[in-house]
Amino acid sequence: MRAFRSLSRAMFLGFIRDRAALIFTILIPVLFLVLLGSIYKSSATPKVTVLEVGKVSMLDQAQAASPRSLGQVMTVTRTSNLAVALADVRKGTDGAAVQQQGTRLIAHYSVADPTKAAIANAVFSSIVQQANLAATGRPPTYQLTAAQVEDKSLKPIQYLAPGLLGWAIASGAAFGASITLVGWRKDKLLRRLRLAPVSTSSVVTARIGMSVAIAIVQMFVFLAIAITPYFGLKLTAYWWMAIPVVIIGTLAFMSIGLLVGAVSKTQQAATSIANLIILPMAFLGGAFIPLDFAPSWIQKVSYVMPLRYLVVGVQNVMARGLGPASALPAIAILLGFTAVLTGIAVRVFRWDEI
Amino acid sequence: MVSGVSATISVRDLSKSYGDLRAVDGVTFEVERGEFFGILGPNGAGKTTTLEIIEGLRRPDGGEVSVLGMTPWPRNPALLPRMGVQLQASSFFEHLTAREQLRTFAALYGIPAERADAMLEVVGLTDMAATRTEKLSGGQAQRLSIACALVHGPDVLFLDEPTGALDPQARRNLWDLLRAISAEGHTVVLTTHHMDEAETLCDRVAIMDHGQILKIGSPAALVRELDQPVRISVEAGQLSLDEARALVAAAGRTGDSVSGDGAVGDGAMVADDGVSLTIVTSEPATVLAALADRQALAGLQVRGGTLEDVFLHLTGREYRA
Repeated sequence: MRAFRSLSRAMFLGFIRDRAALIFTILIPVLFLVLLGSIYKSSATPKVTVLEVGKVSMLDQAQAASPRSLGQVMTVTRTSNLAVALADVRKGTDGAAVQQQGTRLIAHYSVADPTKAAIANAVFSSIVQQANLAATGRPPTYQLTAAQVEDKSLKPIQYLAPGLLGWAIASGAAFGASITLVGWRKDKLLRRLRLAPVSTSSVVTARIGMSVAIAIVQMFVFLAIAITPYFGLKLTAYWWMAIPVVIIGTLAFMSIGLLVGAVSKTQQAATSIANLIILPMAFLGGAFIPLDFAPSWIQKVSYVMPLRYLVVGVQNVMARGLGPASALPAIAILLGFTAVLTGIAVRVFRWDEI
Repeated sequence: MVSGVSATISVRDLSKSYGDLRAVDGVTFEVERGEFFGILGPNGAGKTTTLEIIEGLRRPDGGEVSVLGMTPWPRNPALLPRMGVQLQASSFFEHLTAREQLRTFAALYGIPAERADAMLEVVGLTDMAATRTEKLSGGQAQRLSIACALVHGPDVLFLDEPTGALDPQARRNLWDLLRAISAEGHTVVLTTHHMDEAETLCDRVAIMDHGQILKIGSPAALVRELDQPVRISVEAGQLSLDEARALVAAAGRTGDSVSGDGAVGDGAMVADDGVSLTIVTSEPATVLAALADRQALAGLQVRGGTLEDVFLHLTGREYRA
């Protein structure tokens, strides 16, 4: 027990005094979160701005009837000058200009932004339809009830935070394990430890404990930043279930690191190989590109990426509001992956160079 | 075991091959309790492999090893606390200070921190206690590394090329430390290719090459056995060349087998370069007495054979990469 404590302490001091490791495992992922979080935030809601020229009673009635749903797609500005309004629409500053002549609604749009033009046209045509329906004085026969499937708060940060967190944990664990293993072998510390009456399991568990502790710290630093009002991450009820997913994910990526460390002769080689594994996986496993928006081939490939299970497992319980059981398949798959890779790593492991 | 219970280490007919290379090929020797034993040899002679087998890091292909009456392979937890090992490279945990380093190693053996701190004083590193190991000089790092090997009070200490890259001051400083350790009764086994180091420290040495032990014995006995001619030089001008030649002839047996460093000019046994008159002889006592008779001892230097001569004689002079 004394040996375990002392080894853990030595590793902990070694980590916090290693500026490069701190920057790499904590600072850079946080920087990514802040940068990407800010970028996605600003492009989050593409609303159409509409110029109301003169009085448009049909639009006013529609706004009064359902201010929220209309407000989500457009912002309305009143103006009296048609010429100026048309010029703005032509320049693309505003999405559309609308005026009413008796029972006729006239919408001016430009194809400068076809998406916005289409949204504006659809909204106006539905306003006219509703007005027509109201004019008949009869209740509508058919009705549409729209129900959103996602949590209403599923903003980009809800994908981004679990994705980047998964990537940060994966690289922290894989790089940490591989660099430690190669470094210790090169410095003959591995051999020195073998000559001390300390069990291999003490050494290994001390190193695992260290990596898991780093991962938990990464997680809470991430969450602390992401839940600030600026980024606005909303933690759902069972977010704490992300902790076991993170722990098991750490083990899975340590096993990758162990294998990389076993086959690498130098720390530079270990870093390169680990990069070669982790970086593509970040793109293909849903860490950088949310899988919901990814091309279908990426979605298919992601199923063989262990990072996918870490990211999706965390996302389900932390950001999608699913129950604790939703993380269990991810945990099981990550555990299986860990067992297989550790088995291979143990077979190719060497105490010494040569 | 071949002989007595006092043998701390007993190695018999040890062999180890890597593919076609016979790294260790029938090595047999014993190290007595409290002895300072050196394994010498050129690079690739098999000394490190031999040491690693004795330490229990490698499994021998054949032969027997016994350390303190126990078998080191497979990894023997009963033996480990009684051995102290200092490896070629300084193996330290990254970014720890000297004190933390020593305390960490002490804890691996269940030794309290106070003992570790006391050890720091033994190796003269108290002033450097709070210095990170990467900032220590070569000699300081080596002393710390020896402290880490000694902190649990082992019976046997293994040192693999301890003074490898040290400057002369640091080497001598380390030698003093090693002598002190030996004087406390630890059995010390050392590998080196520095002959002066072996000569000054070791009670006995084994000279190895190509995986085999060529010679084993105390450095002085090995040197004597080589019967290297002695070079006697005095200040020039005290004696003419002819007088010197006559003197050498009178002394009887001469340095006819002299070669390499022992040679004087074109195989001559007497030479005068204007600064010194040098005589090479196998009968130094007679020559010195004759020089004393003639009052020609000013600037006297007598250089006999060294362990290095024995080593080169046994392992050859050709350069090895």
